[in-house]
Amino acid sequence: MSKMTGSQALIESLIAEGVKDIFGYPGGQIMPVFDALYDYKDRIKNVLVRHEQGAVHAAQGFARVTGKPGVVLVTSGPGATNVLTGVADAMIDSTPLVVITGQVPSQLLGTDAFQETDVVGVTLPISKWSYQIRKPEDIAWAVARAFYIAKSGRPGPVVLDFTKNAQIGSVDFDYKKCDYIRSYTPYPSIDNNALAKAAELINGAKKPMILFGQGIQLSHAEEQLKEMVEKTGIPAVCTLLGLSSLPSDMPLFKGMVGMHGNLGPNKKTNESDVIIAIGMRFDDRVTSDTSTYATQAKIIHVDIDPSEIGKNIPAEVGVLGDAKAVIERLIPLLENKEHKRWADEFDELNAIEHKKVIIPETKPEEGYLNMGEVVAAVSAACGDNAIVVTDVGQNQMMGARYSKYKSTRSLITSGGLGTMGYGLPAAIGAKLGAPERTVCFFTGDGGIQMTIQELGTIMQEKLGVKIIILNNSWLGMVRQWQELFFDERYSHTAMLNPDFVKLASAYGIKGKLVKSRQDLSDAISEMLADDEPYVMEVDVVEKGMVFPMIPGGKPISKMMLTTTEWY
Amino acid sequence: MQQEENTLYTVTVYSENQVGLLNQVSIIFTRRNLNIWSLSVSSSAIEGVHKFTIACRTSKELIEKVVKQIEKRIDVIRAFYYTDDEIVYQEMALYKVPTDAILESGKFEKLIRKYNARILEMNKTFVVIEKTGHCQETGQLFEELSPYGVLQFVRSGRIAVTKCKVEHVTNYIEEQEVRRVQESQLLCDCDI
Ligand SMILES: Cc1ncc(C[n+]2csc(CCOP(=O)(O)OP(=O)(O)O)c2C)c(N)n1
Repeated sequence: MSKMTGSQALIESLIAEGVKDIFGYPGGQIMPVFDALYDYKDRIKNVLVRHEQGAVHAAQGFARVTGKPGVVLVTSGPGATNVLTGVADAMIDSTPLVVITGQVPSQLLGTDAFQETDVVGVTLPISKWSYQIRKPEDIAWAVARAFYIAKSGRPGPVVLDFTKNAQIGSVDFDYKKCDYIRSYTPYPSIDNNALAKAAELINGAKKPMILFGQGIQLSHAEEQLKEMVEKTGIPAVCTLLGLSSLPSDMPLFKGMVGMHGNLGPNKKTNESDVIIAIGMRFDDRVTSDTSTYATQAKIIHVDIDPSEIGKNIPAEVGVLGDAKAVIERLIPLLENKEHKRWADEFDELNAIEHKKVIIPETKPEEGYLNMGEVVAAVSAACGDNAIVVTDVGQNQMMGARYSKYKSTRSLITSGGLGTMGYGLPAAIGAKLGAPERTVCFFTGDGGIQMTIQELGTIMQEKLGVKIIILNNSWLGMVRQWQELFFDERYSHTAMLNPDFVKLASAYGIKGKLVKSRQDLSDAISEMLADDEPYVMEVDVVEKGMVFPMIPGGKPISKMMLTTTEWY
Repeated sequence: MQQEENTLYTVTVYSENQVGLLNQVSIIFTRRNLNIWSLSVSSSAIEGVHKFTIACRTSKELIEKVVKQIEKRIDVIRAFYYTDDEIVYQEMALYKVPTDAILESGKFEKLIRKYNARILEMNKTFVVIEKTGHCQETGQLFEELSPYGVLQFVRSGRIAVTKCKVEHVTNYIEEQEVRRVQESQLLCDCDI
């Protein structure tokens, strides 16, 4: 036990939790902590972002690639409100974060003091836990609890609102990690009956399908899932956030479900007799109209969060538990099988998509460059082993669909919230979390401008993020909807954009504008030649479309392959 | 179906004694656009554990989801929902009526006896009557007092105990203590 200030106690607590990198921005009500950081330069590195939204998305990118909680340190009032988007994003995408916000001194709380905001009040509904530290004695307890809550069970963001008096007061520091909270059961015990029922259904199934989500990555269950798929011969498909948990080229991995998912996975969902859903939450972008979703199937829902089972889609068997533990215990109960004919049917459907959508998108012979062909070329040039970060919109769907994945945790994208501006800071966090890997960030001309100030962070930190701006001069995804569902009334979606390469150069970042097919591969080689940041702006076709597509509210059994063709 | 939608459920929530918990619980109802019919908060039979009793009219399907989402809050220990036949419940009402009017009616004693009500305060201007009972009963007394001009009326939130022997949550808390050890092990595993 030793005497120190609250600010030092906070930093010592972070160190005790193994934190080495944090993402922060100073201000009046957090200055004592930043002052204390000055003495910890050799042990904790703060990445000085350019906007607090950048800090929180960077922490998310870091958390997604490392599996460790991302730590954010910002001031009160506007600093705190600037992180809200990221907190909400992390909540819906189950990303572990510990967000520390400065707060006015306790005695001023409730008086509308300068830069006072009710941070606990506004973050309660969008965080896993939110707590105000009002005295230095609470720091060790609250930080220990925060880390435990953020990373255990279904991960999520935790907010600690840290009053200034607690930062400057002195305390006898004694840190104990938290591993138990009476009112919180992060790892529910697995019910043997449920396992037995699930196994019986799976063993008797004629047309089974495994549908997995990010839960596989969150519980480190990639190997177990692979073993289960190989043993049972059951075709596996995934959600957007599930991508990269299994290698793209694994024969029984059949692709992605959802609005812009693959033809096989979507159509087969409505033909399966048993669906084994693991670590996914039947989001409406996956199910579309729930009344027509997999009504013929018996659904086994494996999830660690009891409130997910039966929330959107009724489960025949709910198996509560950590995905890895559940799969480990399920495997011995499952029979060695093959479902060759059934699995081949996925490929037959995917072949139709390949011919009608993927080939024209990735291998056009003439005309403007397509987003998909740029993504596919970048992915191939990286040996299909880059960390792919996307923004939101067409670039996101193209980035996710046309990248290939060899290793897990290789797609960082804002799924549940669909936050434009997420990508650039998330790529910063991803690169810091995995400096040895190539990080390719695909973005649109709209989304990049939502957090473009973070080019400054890249410059200052010298982070080798590869930024690929797929510039179509439109808010593309919204434009696509206007074309399809709003009579081509392009209301407020055309963009007049700056010269992104010049902008990059103002930040000392190399770059190139690619306008034609001939120049693409050279530019990609130049971009990947070293580990420095690079902006490759690509002029892509203006009115490109992401297909296939299930229009909102339509059954998943029919997908649009082109504007006029359905399958 | 219509019937289903309109069942009155009593939700009981056991929680740690933390600031802001009421807010955490009530926003879950707000998100689902559910009106809280009545609410009361107090300590429970277990030391340090708070108990919320919330009455809400909705469907079984929805109340089940709401209860799971309440339980998901870190500081909530357990939450349950009951229909009226599974619990013993009570409410209390206070009525303030003008003294003159009620005395002149000549029915004062009869009313008090009939409803098994109590007189808490009486002075020259008003009388305060207390009645405990289900809302139909307290409502009926309100109707009967109305002709004399009820100056103020208030009814408390429903409070309830289950018809089984111990609070459901007692066993749970014991189980949790056992879990403590296993838990730390699991967490260590996933740290690597
Ligand atoms: C913060 C935020 N605002 C608005 C939206 C709605 N939105 C979704 S996609 C999109 C267009 C994105 O345009 P751009 O970044 O140019 O990417 P593209 O679709 O052209 O690839 C918009 C406006 C959003 N998802 N997030």
